[in-house]
Amino acid sequence: MKNVKKVLAIALASVMAFATVACGNEGTPAVGTESGKTAAAGTWRIGGIGPTTGGAAVYGQAVQNGAQIAVDEINAAGGINGVMIEYTFEDDENIAEKGVNAYNSLKDWGMQMLLGTVTTTPCIAVSAEAAADNMFLLTPSGSSTDILEGKTNAFQVCFTDPNQGQGSAQYIGENNMASKVAVIYDSSNAYSQGIYEKFAQEAKNYSFEIVSAEAFTADSNTDFSVQLQKAKDAGAELLFLPIYCEQSALILTQANAMGYKPTIFSCDGMDGILTLDNFDVALAEGVILLTPFVADATDDATVSFVTKYQAAYGEIPNQFAADAYDGVYIIKAAIEAANATPDMSVSDLCDALKEAMVNITVDGLTGTGMTWEATGEVSKDPKAMVIKDGVYVGY
Amino acid sequence: MSFLQYLINGISLGSIYAIIALGYTMVYGIAKMLNFAHGDVIMVGAYVIFTTISTMGYPPIVGVIVAVALCTVLGITIERIAYKPLRGASSLAVLITAIGVSYFLQNMALIVFGADTKSFNSIVKFGPFHLGGLVISGETLVTIVSCIIIMIILTTFINKTKAGQAMLAVSEDKGAAVLMGINVNQTIALTFAIGSGLAAIAGSLLCSAYPTLSPYTGSMPGIKAFTAAVFGGIGSIPGAFVGGILLGVIEIFGKAYISSQLSDAIVFAVLIIVLIVKPSGILGKNRQEKV
Repeated sequence: MKNVKKVLAIALASVMAFATVACGNEGTPAVGTESGKTAAAGTWRIGGIGPTTGGAAVYGQAVQNGAQIAVDEINAAGGINGVMIEYTFEDDENIAEKGVNAYNSLKDWGMQMLLGTVTTTPCIAVSAEAAADNMFLLTPSGSSTDILEGKTNAFQVCFTDPNQGQGSAQYIGENNMASKVAVIYDSSNAYSQGIYEKFAQEAKNYSFEIVSAEAFTADSNTDFSVQLQKAKDAGAELLFLPIYCEQSALILTQANAMGYKPTIFSCDGMDGILTLDNFDVALAEGVILLTPFVADATDDATVSFVTKYQAAYGEIPNQFAADAYDGVYIIKAAIEAANATPDMSVSDLCDALKEAMVNITVDGLTGTGMTWEATGEVSKDPKAMVIKDGVYVGY
Repeated sequence: MSFLQYLINGISLGSIYAIIALGYTMVYGIAKMLNFAHGDVIMVGAYVIFTTISTMGYPPIVGVIVAVALCTVLGITIERIAYKPLRGASSLAVLITAIGVSYFLQNMALIVFGADTKSFNSIVKFGPFHLGGLVISGETLVTIVSCIIIMIILTTFINKTKAGQAMLAVSEDKGAAVLMGINVNQTIALTFAIGSGLAAIAGSLLCSAYPTLSPYTGSMPGIKAFTAAVFGGIGSIPGAFVGGILLGVIEIFGKAYISSQLSDAIVFAVLIIVLIVKPSGILGKNRQEKV
């Protein structure tokens, strides 16, 4: 027994010593002998972070797959400026601390640019770390303005949350979809809260009225009977759900059970509901969602992407996959515009890309003529989709 | 009218808490340990049912029976491997082990079944019923009825059978029980077997009422049900039932009349008040610990 303890003590001590050395290296990035960087000299190292397990796994997996398709295409066509891309994706389970851990391990791997993170809450934490390192960050789907606020290194492929809230209010108002609207949102989630606040503010400019706005939190996100009952009692004809599809599935089931059938209107978080395992898609019939990508669009780029994605992963890509695909091409466009080379330091590369971002215009799957502000916000138009016979079609 | 509907919804939610709480309270009452893995055994049970019904196509009743059988075996195995070696250790060590088992089960489910949420097909094939403007789902009826049946069977089992009496004896005084010739290890294993079998039934009802299933499905209901068990008086079987129902009703009323965001805060505030006034819970026995 004593020997076992001794061996353990020595092992622990050596691990600690090793860790100290490793930290020392990290603290002095000016010394150009870091193993990560020399290994990266001949390639572009793009890191990705997102939930590939846990409740939001649908989104992380879509981003990982979508980006992989773009990386493969670019590498097959000769890379960016003749240099190949290496792409690694880490799981954050939609938890902020795990996102930061994933970021640190990608840095150890030698990441030069981050295409991530996928969901808002971890992205806020990771973007703060990335800003401190001056690491170029392009989030495919993290839509909160908190990701961008006060940072010059962060850019978005998707709309900001307020943008979605505003777009939704505008869409409902201009198309006269309802006069009484109820909202159910997740107050423990920055994405949902952000959309709701802007929606409520914008709604004042239109002819409809918000008759019930009820929240739930991550700890009580299975029973929606009260929220639905209140919406029903208030006579809401349209139910706005700025939330993720996992809870939306429960809300649709419970509304159906109580015989309440409002028009359901949602944002990009609803995307993915049709691929929930074993979900009765009939419940989602007629759901309208505002999202920049329509998988059944007939333009060549979309058709080619959807075909490749289906061949590789066996399902129809959602908007997140398309955002990630565009993200890789946006990075490519920025690198080409900046004439950057992979031997630049992370910080120099970021400075060059930042400058390029405000000047480039990218045509992608999620919008044509996408341009960026220096704040990181993208400008493009949302499209509405409706679920018909179990598939998304343009509304 | 909406008051009555809220009440029905509250009882429906509460009866699910009650069934889960029965498992917590049995194990605590007899083995004097908090089995934090209970919520995750529920999740495993639900996955077993999901696999037998939705993937393999067997009828619901077969799924439930298979799940009860497998969870019983799982419960005994967990007890044998993780808890029995710690019988003499401090209760804190056992508590931490239970949390470890809980994470182990969650992560095993992640590996085996994947991270994506599954949509669970309800095992209850009838309902909902409409009474005037009220809606009562089939799941609610089945949950309440099963909860009452289980409670009656458990109480009869403990009071009328030899094995049940042995459980009572172990819970009263482990040392004295040994002296009376009761096999304490076997009795505790039996407790875990029953508790885990109940967990499988709870899993089937939980996922029928709230039809999504992920590796984390059991954890939050587990914590709430544990609260319900403490609320009603941990160790007391009728207490778990009363605590569960009350907790569900308070949660729904809190959401409906105070704030939908603060529902959990309200539930736990009530718990704190109850524990200040009556530290042993509503139906708990006030037993003095001898030093």
